[in-house]
Amino acid sequence: MTDRFRDKLLPVTVLLLGIIALWYAGAYAMNAPFQRDLDRRAGETPAFSEFFVRTMTQPKPTLPAPHQVAQNFFENTFLRKVTSSRSLVYHAGITLSSTLAGFAIGTLLGILIAVGIVHVTALDRSLMPWIITSQTIPILALAPMIIVVLAAVGITGLIPKALISTYLSFFPVAVGMVKGLRSPDVLHLDLMRTYNASRWQTFWKLRLPASVPFLFASMKVAVAASLVGAIVGELPTGAVAGIGAKLLNGSYYSQTIDMFSALVAGSIVAALLVAAVGLVGRLVERGMGGRPA
Amino acid sequence: MTASQNSVVEARGLGLTFDTGDGQVHALSNVNLTINKGEFVSFIGPSGCGKTTFLRVIADLEQPTAGTITVNGRSPREAREQRAYGYVFQAAGLFPWRTIERNVALPLEIMGYSKEEIGQRIHRTLELVNLTGFEKKYPWQLSGGMQQRASIARALAFDADLLLMDEPFGALDEIVRDHLNEQLLKLWARTEKTIGFVTHSIPEAVYLSTKIVVMSPRPGRVTDVIESDLPRERPLDIRETPEFLAIAARVRDGLRAGHSYED
Repeated sequence: MTDRFRDKLLPVTVLLLGIIALWYAGAYAMNAPFQRDLDRRAGETPAFSEFFVRTMTQPKPTLPAPHQVAQNFFENTFLRKVTSSRSLVYHAGITLSSTLAGFAIGTLLGILIAVGIVHVTALDRSLMPWIITSQTIPILALAPMIIVVLAAVGITGLIPKALISTYLSFFPVAVGMVKGLRSPDVLHLDLMRTYNASRWQTFWKLRLPASVPFLFASMKVAVAASLVGAIVGELPTGAVAGIGAKLLNGSYYSQTIDMFSALVAGSIVAALLVAAVGLVGRLVERGMGGRPA
Repeated sequence: MTASQNSVVEARGLGLTFDTGDGQVHALSNVNLTINKGEFVSFIGPSGCGKTTFLRVIADLEQPTAGTITVNGRSPREAREQRAYGYVFQAAGLFPWRTIERNVALPLEIMGYSKEEIGQRIHRTLELVNLTGFEKKYPWQLSGGMQQRASIARALAFDADLLLMDEPFGALDEIVRDHLNEQLLKLWARTEKTIGFVTHSIPEAVYLSTKIVVMSPRPGRVTDVIESDLPRERPLDIRETPEFLAIAARVRDGLRAGHSYED
């Protein structure tokens, strides 16, 4: 227990405290000019301690202090009904649903593309450059077009946002799976040849199981990318609901504290998603006879 | 392509040339060889003599560039398509995500055996290689020697009369190797298979074989074929008898002759 404390908990805690201290210093530095302005207009000359407290309690600070974000986050997560549009749980749920839908479609699409690339020479030669090109287009430029075009043909709501997630998440899966499906040893491929195994049998019994570790590694990247896609997809929809909407609303009305707590909610969702994929990956690996680490 | 009733492999004027970046490599040149049914044939020679390549040509894993070869009177490709042989590689090559019994089941699944038949064959072949009780283990839970035995079981599980083994015990220590050699002879006697066995150990070749093919490199060719007159029943201490040593000496001479042009 003490070893665990010394090896893991202590460094993490020290780092966290350091970041918080820096954050407070930053908050003071960034909020001070506006506070000075306010005080001057009110004709007040507060002592430093009073002035410092004022920089930390502005309703719309340039950089909110950690405790302001924490308080806002706590209130909007735990003290509101989850059906309320002020609840972060409600917004995270909306973003999560399109993230998961997009992630599922993206993973499936990525696997299909990889299978095609590994098995069809023509696809191997032609598809990869297009896939890489697709990822060089900024998603911020593309997202509004997808939303607008789909809205024009009557598709709104979850699907357009999920498609943006798909667009971001199929890529790591496709690249990882191409590598994974090509990962079997020459020896194993020769072995299948001596059995006169069909390509289909070689795929099911060798290539696919061999690619599983690659699949989960790339799914971790893909699920995080999906979340980014879902948030970006919420920006041009008129900011109705979702973490992206909270961010956009916050920036419209200079609700910096709201923006930061929405960011915190987003990163917690991201961490949970990545951890969930990792957990499933470990379970699958154990089911496939993986040597316990 | 006439082959006598008794022959399993017939090679006539067989040659194989690899085109590499910096010129041609003559892996095999004018190899003439007959392997008869029930024989235990060892291929011995220094690395680069084409012994593994010859085995891979029999298995249709490499294509010859000259001469003819038949396996069971057919082309190697047809023989492979009829699953005429089991191949044991230098490394065990078990699938790490399959248990030992599922690894043995792999060729049976591919060849479409029934579930019941697969169960029986797993039981029978694992018994044959003394791995009963390890059915549910994963490969990493077994020693190197046991893994190689499992891979032999895998090659024995289906009904191929020809067993091709490419330095199967090369990576194992000598004690384990002696033990496996003894077991392999017993297995050969019980199953009456024809075995092609690549090795670079003279005692191993002489101990196991009814016929020893001595090969030499650049170009890979057969320099001597020695018919062993040792009895089929061979305890390990046969290796100290004068008959054994005489054959070993002839193999060593053959290997040295193949090298002499380099001096």
